[in-house]
Amino acid sequence: MIGAMFRAIALPCAIFVLAATAGAVVVVAAKTVDVKIAALAFAPAEVTAHVGDTVTWENADFIDHTATSSEGGWDVVLPVGGTGRVVLTKAGTFDYICTIHPNMKGKVHVTSD
Amino acid sequence: MHRSNVIGAAIGLILAGATTSALAEGPTDPQIAHIAYTAGDIDVKTAELALQKSKTKTVRAFAEDMVRDHKAVNDKALALVKKLNVTPEDNDTSKGLVKDADQERAKLAKLSGAEFDKAYVANEVAYHKTVNGALEKTLIPSSSNAELKGLLETGLKIFQGHQQHAEHLLGSLK
Repeated sequence: MIGAMFRAIALPCAIFVLAATAGAVVVVAAKTVDVKIAALAFAPAEVTAHVGDTVTWENADFIDHTATSSEGGWDVVLPVGGTGRVVLTKAGTFDYICTIHPNMKGKVHVTSD
Repeated sequence: MHRSNVIGAAIGLILAGATTSALAEGPTDPQIAHIAYTAGDIDVKTAELALQKSKTKTVRAFAEDMVRDHKAVNDKALALVKKLNVTPEDNDTSKGLVKDADQERAKLAKLSGAEFDKAYVANEVAYHKTVNGALEKTLIPSSSNAELKGLLETGLKIFQGHQQHAEHLLGSLK
């Protein structure tokens, strides 16, 4: 189901068409990086992605969480059993936490090249 | 002694075995289940008082988090004791917790506005700190059932998060 949701949501908006110098068209599919939450931990705690990629969080715990980054400008609410996503729009390294349980920490490295 | 620390001190004393011989060799699993459930239920009731009294958005959001999380943990605990066919056993620690919490809530109920907010959140910091200490030093090491121990360990991570949240919130209150 999650896979189906991903395909339905992520793919139509995640394909970037780049014009190559030789005149050919190169299609680069933006990727999705999955982070799972279990036992009050983001796993993996650190991920690397590219501008335009999507990070998804799946909450497998029995309590609600958030994935919140003031630097990155996102605040994803993750109810029990829920998933959430953010499309990365700027390069940099962004720390994030769960605002309900600030001892849960994660990091997203976003590259632009 | 600051009133926020009264409940904490009571837990510490009782769990240390200073006031009861029943737990002198460490609490049993049925007693641990009862203590953990009682501690969570107390925090739900205190949060419900905060939701009645506070008009501050951040304090209300914190209280809502406490109600939701502690109810979720206690639901898990109830499901586990049912599965294990364990009957939680009331004990002096649980009784002491309830008595002290009732007194604390009565004090909080007399406050209002910013005074209430600060006292409530300060109490949450102290209460979580003490419960977390009790989990770490007594309840988790004393538990013999692996699933109960696992739930207590998860609970500890949750409540450590609450403690940090409460500390940040307290620092933001004027």
